[in-house]
Amino acid sequence: MKTVKVSGKTIEEAVREAIVKLNVDSEKEITYDVMEEPSKGFLGLIGTKPAVIEASIKIDPIEESVKFLRQVIQEMQVDAEVEVIKRGKETELSLSGENLGVLIGKRGKTLDSLQYLTNLVANRHSNQYSRIVLDAENYRERRRIALEELAERLANKAMRTREKVVLEPMNARERKIIHSALQANENIETHSDGSEPYRHIVITPLKTNYCS
Amino acid sequence: MKNLVETIARALVDYPDSVRVEEQQQENTLVLTLSVDENDMGKVIGKQGRIAHAIRSVLYASATHQNKRVRLDIVE
Repeated sequence: MKTVKVSGKTIEEAVREAIVKLNVDSEKEITYDVMEEPSKGFLGLIGTKPAVIEASIKIDPIEESVKFLRQVIQEMQVDAEVEVIKRGKETELSLSGENLGVLIGKRGKTLDSLQYLTNLVANRHSNQYSRIVLDAENYRERRRIALEELAERLANKAMRTREKVVLEPMNARERKIIHSALQANENIETHSDGSEPYRHIVITPLKTNYCS
Repeated sequence: MKNLVETIARALVDYPDSVRVEEQQQENTLVLTLSVDENDMGKVIGKQGRIAHAIRSVLYASATHQNKRVRLDIVE
């Protein structure tokens, strides 16, 4: 990150100087720390001290991550567009184009990896955490529906066989979808077992239903 | 492939100028060797290799797409 140290009679003057030195258009594009407060001294004659600030170009985390993602996709030789959708604290980067299966991967593995790396890039320089969700061809929504159907099916199996059903390992977000889907079902109980990355859900039929 | 690894690594580290990727063809597999500044090792490996794992996933997806076999080694 490019940083310059500039001084001026006042902080405002130093900021103007920094804008010129960093070659940007306005104060909005930079961040600065005041190193030394200016002092007018006595009657502006004795003990005058200039203001000293350290300034650098402000990095927009979303802009950085979009730039990163576009470059990675291009180098993967996939033709896709990136659309930015802001939703409060969360930002969705939505991919569209051909051959998106390459970017999604088996059970979204590639998409999750790209999402993880993009989040790392976005939050590298900023103090404030920005959360980025990556989606392609509405994959996230389709996966949620598929998981809810799977949950329903396996809950029925657990009730019918009166035996525990052990699901395959899933990440926290996917496990949450299953837990939520079955929360209202009073005939079974769900919990997660094992440690990451092998943590998985176990559906247990409840005993009270055995005699009914 | 080499550029892909370089792009990802440069975006994650503090010393992008120290990022090097060497390629070597071993039979039908392209072996990429990534080296970064010693202070940046954690930035490309991550807790329990999580970052390295993500870089490899993306790289393998790209390789499969291009019908190639690739391996990634990370060295100091």
